[in-house]
Parts: sequence; structure tokens; C-alpha cells
Amino acid sequence: MAVVTSSPGKTKQKNASLPYVYLLPAFLVMGVITFYPLIYQVIISFTNFESKHLLLGLRSPELEFIGLKNYIDIFTAALPVENFNFFRVLEFNFWWALSNVFLHVPTGVLIATLLNTEGLWLKRIYRAAYILPVVVPPLVVATVWTNIFDERYGAMNQLLTNISATFFGGIDPIYIRWFEDVNPPIPGFLPGAPLTLAYYAMMIANFWLGWPFMSVVATGALQSIPKDLYEAASIDGATGSQQFWGITVPLLRPAMIPAAVYGFTLSFNLFNFVFFMTGGGPARSTELLVTFAYNLVRNLRWYGVAAAFAVVIFAVALVVFLITNRITQATQNYQES
Amino acid sequence: MIEQNQPQKNFIVRFLNMNTSGQTGGRNLPLWRQLLLQLMALAILATVMFPIMYIVTLSLSSKTTRPSQLELIPKEISFVAYQQVLDRPTGNPVTFIELLRNSFVLSVGVGVVALVIAVTAAYAFSRFRFKMRETLMILVFIPLLMPAVGLSTPLYLLLNQVQVKQCKDGAIAVQPFTTCEDGKGKLQFNLRDSLFGVGIAMTASALPFAVWNLKGYLDTIPRELEEAAAIDGADSNQTFWQIVIPLAAPQLAVTFFLGFIGHWQEFVLTWLFLSQPKDYTLAMTLYNMTGQYANSVPWNRFAAMAVIVALPVAVVYIALQKQIVGGLTTGGVKG
Repeated sequence: MAVVTSSPGKTKQKNASLPYVYLLPAFLVMGVITFYPLIYQVIISFTNFESKHLLLGLRSPELEFIGLKNYIDIFTAALPVENFNFFRVLEFNFWWALSNVFLHVPTGVLIATLLNTEGLWLKRIYRAAYILPVVVPPLVVATVWTNIFDERYGAMNQLLTNISATFFGGIDPIYIRWFEDVNPPIPGFLPGAPLTLAYYAMMIANFWLGWPFMSVVATGALQSIPKDLYEAASIDGATGSQQFWGITVPLLRPAMIPAAVYGFTLSFNLFNFVFFMTGGGPARSTELLVTFAYNLVRNLRWYGVAAAFAVVIFAVALVVFLITNRITQATQNYQES
Repeated sequence: MIEQNQPQKNFIVRFLNMNTSGQTGGRNLPLWRQLLLQLMALAILATVMFPIMYIVTLSLSSKTTRPSQLELIPKEISFVAYQQVLDRPTGNPVTFIELLRNSFVLSVGVGVVALVIAVTAAYAFSRFRFKMRETLMILVFIPLLMPAVGLSTPLYLLLNQVQVKQCKDGAIAVQPFTTCEDGKGKLQFNLRDSLFGVGIAMTASALPFAVWNLKGYLDTIPRELEEAAAIDGADSNQTFWQIVIPLAAPQLAVTFFLGFIGHWQEFVLTWLFLSQPKDYTLAMTLYNMTGQYANSVPWNRFAAMAVIVALPVAVVYIALQKQIVGGLTTGGVKG
């Protein structure tokens, strides 16, 4: 009591600097390991930084400032890299994230609904088992699925062979070259970015990985819907479909939209998974922005171009964030109204 | 009663909404629907278990070759593969314990450092109104937008410039502060090519996430306790350490473990920065085992390694399932 009342002016003054003291450690560290590198990144994105400049960095006498050349090269596909077209990669990247979310969310909701049936036997066991894909690291999931889609020994081709032998009397073993075939099985499905078999293989694997998370979110939301709502609705004579679209769907929306946004961002930058399964191939048809950026640094070692590419990725990420943020906020308003 | 009121609509709609409403009531689920739902649930179970059983079966096999037939149930239970992986995980002279230690040092170290630095910043953002608050918050959260790969180039270049060299005349030069007279020297230590350097790079992306996650949680803690402490004469530091930290302890743990899950699987930065086998992590080793030579891969050992790498993440995830789902979807979104 005494402290607060005796010298209010002094306390206030002390409080004014206090938040900055609390912020100091984080900003000191981030200044050195985040902000400085970010600025450094922008600077070298205007240079021809390569391996030979590694020792002296910006002090290298041969380091040249080449203006916007790196950026222009990226956008006009002028980089001496086979099969690279920025806009095709960008289009594929968006399509990849979108198609995943559109598969995972409805499936997750449907399966959660199925498991929410009252009186269903073994419900707990199913719920526990269905979460398993989420707990396996993507690194392991990708390596496992790569083997499943192996041309000669993979489980998928063996399964298809078994099915064809049992149901269609097929004799020859099926050897589908999931990761090598560059011809899109459905030509013209996505104009400008042909979807190869590798894309479908990745979709199958990521479907396995993705829906259980959505199902967990949906289960939580389903259980929080009060049962009296349905009782009241049925007393008022609402039909089954009216109840589903009038109660279940709107009440699931506030939980599912942020989950879908999270899923979109996750799929958009799904480095581990894509890198391990296809490495962006064949012919860069499954390359994401992040995997190509990695390629630029690790294998090609064009640090200047890589820096420019990272700046471009940052711009794309900012746009994605602004869009998804708007979607999330729109649902919040929906929830309140 | 209610069930009789229910109009008999088409099957799909009825099927869907009966479940969510739970109107059929516990034991009243008709047998035909019970069986149908069981059938569907089992089918889903089969697809979920298929890859897991595939890898577990492989890991329990004593043969290094891939099975030419599809095997989902282990014919034999042999721990040879696990034993071999534990004895000699790679072709290099590096023990499993060293790999495990590297993985643990990195994931725990980065997690703890990020947490310790983040918690005071999160507290400041959550509890104080001050000049530049919005600007500083945007500054902290901007790196969250950047995928880890996006920051890897400058970090690689900057960390690579910190090197310790032994010069010809015996002196030790610490670049970039001092250099040998002839400009060369024998490389003793390269910050980029060390666990410490990778740890720094990983902290760069872990820190903003920790601030964001903790701030979201602190926002939900009512301030009454802190106000009461202030009235009782506690100064800000006492309030922070004795009231806020204990209250935030559960979320500190969740943030740490969320980071741990990510760091344990970290591949981008480790594979990019580290070149010496003695610094490899378990995740790197797993990737190294497959590589380009798919036919020379010892499949049972690879599968055993996959199970070993997956285990800690699986345990943490199952233990924290509720917090993880809750935290990611609703927790930190509030501005």
C-alpha cells in the first residue's frame, strides 16, 4: 500500500521504462540473429554472391552489385536451371496447398461425425488409432511413403497387383513409375502446371497425414455443441438436413476455418515432406517455393540468387498471411453476429 | 419418442446428422447402422494402420532386403535391426549415443534458450501499454511469416564468417575480428559447421514463435492476482517471478514441447549447415540411410531407425494432444 501511494510519480516513471527492460533480451538476440541477417539478405540479393565470396563476404573485392538482375532472372525464368519457371512453381504451390485443405477438412469432419455417433462400439479405440498419423514425424511419413510408392518393391504397386490379380484376373505385376513419370495422367487438369503422378502420390500420402488433425479439431467442436439445440430444433419440426446445415455446419465453422487456414499454411511450406518424397521432381513438377529455395542454397550455392528468392518468398508469405488473416477475421465476425 | 418424431429423410443426411445430434440415444442405435458404421470405421482403421504396420513389420525383420510380397503382419519378431542400428547407425564411426545426444542437445537447448528469452518479452507485450508497442510486436512477429529456408542464406553466410584459425606462426586468429598475417591458416572451428551455430540459426525461428505462443496464453490469464500482489507491495519483478511464471508454467511446458517436436525433426538447417558426421542428428541419419541408392539400403535397419526417430515425437504429441490442438487453433490468435 505504502509503495503505491507514497510516490505515485516515481512509480509511474519507473513503470514507463519497465516494458522496454522486459523486451531487451529478446530484441538484443533477435537483432543479432534475425534482423541483421534479414537486412544482410536484402543487401546480398542485389549482388552476385557465390561460393568464392564466402571468405570475405561483403568485403570481397570481386563482389559486384548487379541491381535487380537476380530478381529479373527469377521472374523471367532466366536462371540457368533446367525446368524452372517461377510462376509455374508458384501456381503449383498454391494448388498443392488448396487441394490438400479441400480434401482434408471435409474428410476430417465426416470421420469425426462418424465417431461422434452415440452408442458406437469401440469408439475410444478408433479415436486413439486415428490420431496415429499425426504423431508420426513428417520426415518418417515421407520416407515410409516413398518406399510404399517404389516402382518395383513398393507396397502400393504390390497392392494394385494383388487387386488386379484377384478381381480382374491380371497376370502381369503392375509397375507404375510414380516418381519418374513426367507425363501427367490427366492432361490439362491444372493449366500451366501439369500434375504428374508424383503429385498424386504425394496427395495420397499427405491425405493420410492430413485428415486426422482436422478430425481431432472437428471432434472437439462437435462435442461442444449443446445437445438441447438439436432437441429444440426437432421439437420445432426441423428436418434432419435442416439440423445438419442449420446447427452442425455453422457451429463447426468457427473451429474449422482457423484449422483450415493453419493447414493451408502448413501445406504451403511443407518442406520435409516434399523434399523427402520427390525432391521436387520429376522435372521440377512438384517443386515448392521452399524446396527450390533450399536447392539454390544447398546444391547450386548461388547465394545472391537464393537471397533474392527468399525475399520473393517473404513477399508471397505476406500476401498469403494477409488473405488468410482476412478469412479468419471474417469468421470471427460471423461468430459474434 | 424423439426418434419417432424424426422424419425419415434420405439415408446420407440422416446418417450424418443423427450422429452429431446424438438423438438416437446410447443403446438405441439400430443394429444395422451399428454394423455399417463399424464396417466404415474398420476400413478407415485399415488405411490408417497400413503404413505404420508396413514400417513396423519391416523393422522387426531380420532380412535387410525389401520384402517382395506385401507384409503387414510380422512373420518373425527379430530385434536384430534395432540392435544393429544402436550398435552402428551409420557407415561413419559415430555411435548411436552421440547421434541421440546431438539431437537432444539441439532440440532441448534451442527450446530452453528460446523460452527463457521469450517469456519476458511475451509478458511485456501482454501486460504493458507503451510507446511503439504495435511496431515492436510487428517486428517480432514478422519472422514468423518467413519459412525457415528463407532465413537460411544470410545465416549461413554470416555464421560461416566466424572461424577460428591457427596461423603458421602459431597464433590463433578469430575471424572476423582478427586474421592471420598471410590471410590463411588452418581451420580449427567454423561456427556454421557446428551444433552451436545450427542452434543459433534454429533459435532465430524458434524465438518469435515462443513469444507469440506465450503472449497468447498470458492474455488469457486474469490480472487480478497481479493487481493484488501490487497492492500488497510486491514490485514488478516479484510479481513476474512469483505470480506470472508459476501461472504460466503449463504453457511454458507446452511451448517448449511444441518447439521440441519441431526441432527434433529439424532437417533444413542441420543438413545445410553441418558437414561432419560427428555432428549428425538422428533425423539427418534417417535421411542419410535412404539417399540415392535405394537398392543398397538396409531396409530393416532403416525401418528401425524410422521407428526410433518417430517415438519421442509420438509420445510428446499423444501426451499433449489437447493443448496442441487447442493452442494452434484458438490460443494465440488474439491480437
